[in-house]
Amino acid sequence: MALSIEDIKKVAHLARIEVSDSDAAATLTKLTGILGLIEQMQAVDTTGIEPMSHSQDLSQRLREDVVTKTNLRDEFQKNAPVLGNGSTEPAVAGGLYLVPKVIE
Amino acid sequence: MINSSLKQLGDLLQAKKISSVELTQTFLTRISQYNPSINAYIALDEAKTLNQAKAADARIASGNAAALTGIPIAQKDIFCAKGWQTTCGSKMLANFIAPYDAHVITQFDAAGAVNLGKTNMDEFAMGSSNETSYFGGVKNPWSFDRVPGGSSGGSAAAVAARLCAAATGTDTGGSIRQPASLCGFTGLKPTYGVVSRYGMIAFASSLDQAGPMAKSAEDCALMMNVMAGFDERDSTSLNREKEDYTRDLNKPNLDLPLKGLKVGLPKEFFADGLDVSVGKVIDSAIAEYKKLGAEIVEISLPNTGLSIPVYYVLAPAEASSNLSRYDGVRYGHRAAEYTDLMDMYNKSRAEGFGAEVKRRILIGTYVLSAGYYDAYYLKAQQIRRLIAQDFVDAFKQCDVIMGPAAPSTAFKAGEKVDDPVAMYLQDIYTISTNLAGLPGMSVPAGFAQSDDGKQLPVGLQIIGNYFDEARMLNVAHQYQQVTDWHNRMPDLDKPNLVMPEGKV
Repeated sequence: MALSIEDIKKVAHLARIEVSDSDAAATLTKLTGILGLIEQMQAVDTTGIEPMSHSQDLSQRLREDVVTKTNLRDEFQKNAPVLGNGSTEPAVAGGLYLVPKVIE
Repeated sequence: MINSSLKQLGDLLQAKKISSVELTQTFLTRISQYNPSINAYIALDEAKTLNQAKAADARIASGNAAALTGIPIAQKDIFCAKGWQTTCGSKMLANFIAPYDAHVITQFDAAGAVNLGKTNMDEFAMGSSNETSYFGGVKNPWSFDRVPGGSSGGSAAAVAARLCAAATGTDTGGSIRQPASLCGFTGLKPTYGVVSRYGMIAFASSLDQAGPMAKSAEDCALMMNVMAGFDERDSTSLNREKEDYTRDLNKPNLDLPLKGLKVGLPKEFFADGLDVSVGKVIDSAIAEYKKLGAEIVEISLPNTGLSIPVYYVLAPAEASSNLSRYDGVRYGHRAAEYTDLMDMYNKSRAEGFGAEVKRRILIGTYVLSAGYYDAYYLKAQQIRRLIAQDFVDAFKQCDVIMGPAAPSTAFKAGEKVDDPVAMYLQDIYTISTNLAGLPGMSVPAGFAQSDDGKQLPVGLQIIGNYFDEARMLNVAHQYQQVTDWHNRMPDLDKPNLVMPEGKV
């Protein structure tokens, strides 16, 4: 299954990572090498083998429905990024985070 | 003092022969002297560190000291520590100040240990040489032209160069054991679920596990007593009774302390791909184990070779999901210029992540995308079971498994940086234990000569069955009673010009 530049651009879009044309070409070479390594798996007959997602057979623990965390909003908002587009202010206002307008 | 064991340091502190402030200052002075060239630490905060040392001295004075009270520990920069810059080696988090403590940090604080600083690492723990760090590479203290291994390369260099008494690391595919081998100290990756992942920045959640990086097995056991334990904030933390990991260390010292121990040698760990000079060191370590009474059993882990392809599907898949949280909205890097929300995501992530992290996110996104899920992700999970089953079969024949931890000694900086596949092969002997969730160690076993005549450390890997850490630590400890490799330290003023003498 050979990868193409279009595949790289599609995957980069899905992953929300901008790639330039020259980046995409370099990435194609590296990813082709890695997928070549991964292809070794196809030689193995795995018919009937149950997939293993985790090393311990755990079921999700339940806990009492009680408040366990205190409100750290102000603390967390200290790490807000700078707004950008000319502003060096933190991207917060009134306890909310600021992002570009998404609804017209 | 810098080469003393944690036990010796604890005894000196509690007998008030030294204070924690003095001990901490000794390490801080060494750090200011050598860190500019080695680059083991990303963040230092002398005031915070010395305040902890003062508090430790007060605790010792009040008679409340625990085993590690007052002992300076370096923390891998993957652990959130409240008020500390916590970057995970990434530009994405270069300005992130952790608002809370990881469970591991809480445990060390409760034990009265002193946080010396945050250590350098491959970006988001993705790498085997520490060269993917946004904060620059780390020098191998044995030879400054070489890498310390990765991803816990800063902790590794700090332990090897005696820039801390001990350090923490994390191991997703070998990131404690491979650098322990390349830098010549003792490192343990515990059974998956033994140490809480709370507050530890996620890479591949079904594989990530924190563990100690220290000079000796005894030191690792003392560190494990602090780090291990149930934590309900980690959904995969195992609710088991608290263990004393030192309990097996001082079993009666018989003439043959390991009599009856069955050591399995997997033939796949000694096949093509293992550097001959490394193989020789491992052979002599095995010979030493025979003298201690161990019985050698030949075993096979037939799917070892598949562990790398399987890992490079599963770990990137989990990473692509875990790292989707870095979107430039609530924390982390946001692009300076953008048009709309999509453009902000695309640019913030393109600028904030380095090349290797982006590669793995793209691979992960690809193998999880529509049409490829069964061929890659499901297939990899099926082979993961075959790999785990190999170990189940092997442990019917032996008590522990031994072999090399890494296929070569430390390689030169820049040597593999443009060849991801060659870099990935560094973890050929370590990845399978992560996939199975088993505990693994690397123990200093001697030195091998490089092509340019340098003596470089080699680590013996010990793999145990689930929850068998105490036994593994004893197996390593008995070896360290009859060898002195773990006490050797590099001469930082003349890195690797002569082989330094150690003291037993």
